[in-house]
Amino acid sequence: MLEIRFHGRGGQGTVVAAKIIAEAVLNSGRGQCLAIPEFGVERRGAPVLAYARISEKPIRVRSRIYEPDAVVLLDPAFAASPAVTAGLKPDGLVIVNSELPRETLAARWPGRRVIAVPARRIALTHGLGTPASPLVNTAICGALCAILSLADWPALEQAVREAVPAAVERNLAATREAFEVFREAARAAR
Amino acid sequence: MKKVLMGNHAAALGAALARVDVAAAYPITPQTQSVELLAELAAKGDFKGRFVLADSEHSAMSILLGAASVGARTFTSTSSHGLAYMHELLHWVAGARLPVVMVEVNRALAAPWNLWTDQTDSLSQRDTGWMQFYCATSQEVLDTVLQAYRVAERVRLPAMVVLDGFTLSHTYEPVDVPSQAAADAFLPPYQPPDILDPARPISLGGLTMPKEYFRLRRRIDHDMRRALGEIAAAGRDFQTQFGRGCGLVEDYRCEDAATILVTAGAVGSTAQEAVDSLRAEGLRAGCLRLRVFRPFPTQALRACLPPRARLAVVDRSYSPGASGIFFQEIKAALYPSRREIAGYVAGLGGGDITVEFLRDIWRDADAGRAVADDPAWVEDAR
Amino acid sequence: MRRVEATDALPVQLVGDQPTSENRTGDWRSQRPVIDAARCTGCLICWKYCPEACVTRTDKVPVILMDYCKGCAICAAECPRDCVAMQPEEAA
Repeated sequence: MLEIRFHGRGGQGTVVAAKIIAEAVLNSGRGQCLAIPEFGVERRGAPVLAYARISEKPIRVRSRIYEPDAVVLLDPAFAASPAVTAGLKPDGLVIVNSELPRETLAARWPGRRVIAVPARRIALTHGLGTPASPLVNTAICGALCAILSLADWPALEQAVREAVPAAVERNLAATREAFEVFREAARAAR
Repeated sequence: MKKVLMGNHAAALGAALARVDVAAAYPITPQTQSVELLAELAAKGDFKGRFVLADSEHSAMSILLGAASVGARTFTSTSSHGLAYMHELLHWVAGARLPVVMVEVNRALAAPWNLWTDQTDSLSQRDTGWMQFYCATSQEVLDTVLQAYRVAERVRLPAMVVLDGFTLSHTYEPVDVPSQAAADAFLPPYQPPDILDPARPISLGGLTMPKEYFRLRRRIDHDMRRALGEIAAAGRDFQTQFGRGCGLVEDYRCEDAATILVTAGAVGSTAQEAVDSLRAEGLRAGCLRLRVFRPFPTQALRACLPPRARLAVVDRSYSPGASGIFFQEIKAALYPSRREIAGYVAGLGGGDITVEFLRDIWRDADAGRAVADDPAWVEDAR
Repeated sequence: MRRVEATDALPVQLVGDQPTSENRTGDWRSQRPVIDAARCTGCLICWKYCPEACVTRTDKVPVILMDYCKGCAICAAECPRDCVAMQPEEAA
């Protein structure tokens, strides 16, 4: 069982990101995934949470996630909040949308494994959103699937096509770019 | 085909696969997407029935009362205050013996405002003459909508398919969506009996004297009890055709259990995980989920309980001044009994019910710490 | 005392073999509304308020269908010209 918590803002596609992961895991045939939005009234710009619970076996646990294996920060501004690592397992992973140097980020979460994904840059390169509010969810999903080996490219591509309501080709390009960067990084690390 | 769906979408697809003739609804959190998807399918021509956006839940059910009276297969969905607003019409529909099927998304009632899951809304409609099914997964929601039509049309009573707000309604998970041909093979077209037809005028529901009224009510009870067999049969046939199915109750590791967690809804799924973890510690844990609440499955419940097993009934509902609602019903169904039955009220207004929380409840009941007539109000220590 | 057993012989529904238009509620009436045609302006307030929908719109002065009028007197109470009088049935 792998449990991921997403921290984003209303309108950023945080819940869609969790849904893309669920679709990608199903399409890859590697198991199943529940994508769980934090339950409440959604407002544009307000912090939102979503969860993904992934397992090779049928998933029976239907509560929220309190001790995630990974947290994903769609908005780098959350880096200042201690809430983002609340309950994170000791060997848990922090995946953050950021272009800051590795050392700067590592200093922010001492002792944690931190991976920076330049999702904002990738999103803007592909014309997703505006500099003030880039749409980073698909780039994040690309990176996440590669980092955690959740799905192969065809499974992820199909997931994005099914889950993204507009600008499908540009979203696919952003997903692919992030997926390939981090697949190469994962290979190099092995 | 397996698709990643939220529970609300599974509900709407179930209605579309049932070839509903008339759907009338009014949106309310957390049921909204079930209405939106049906409207979308209707706009695209994938839902061939008539979709009516009503001006209230009371109107929605009134529309279905009329539509079902002229022989239409009908559907609606609602939640919480919307269901409360329908209350009068729920009695009308059941009394008129119309097989309306409704998806009900559990949400707590105000005051104060609350959006989250709580079964008091649907359980408050206990005495209206509607069948009630409580689902544990979104797959079960879709499957139960199809089964509910079959049973409702055979026993001529309406059915409510209930799912937890957000926990099921908004959670995306893989759901196997049957083909239209497979759904048609399971659910035959509706063959309505006495219908309103201008070519052959009749009157229905007119003033009825006490003696006849009494017999009509006796017949509702007779058919409601007959529904127990029909529900079990529909579940078996569904199992044969689709390879998955569910009966009146779902028991899990109960055969030799010392203490059994009793739940309804999605908590029943989490409870199985709690039972496995307790078993891994050598503890004799089991759990049982009531899938059907009306008609109450007394015999099925008794059949899967070992003679001396303690019960810990976990209620996400309560009746002020009494106790959790399943707790009352289960005690009544098992009377007379020397069995220890403990009641726990938990998670009202959407409080999360986790594996750890259920393990704590199980341990409390297993140690005999519960007081017989006084349900414990418990919350997660987190 | 007699037990009413649960059997399929019990009625599921009582079906009247006549349309509800055959339910002539006019015989419930103990007082009938009589419109003073000379003073009636044809404003149709009585037509609007009749709960039985048995006031019909005609040329000017409405006609009340006595097969269905229950004699509730709402028309008399609402008439702005006070020209609907309720008369005992036996006098009519």
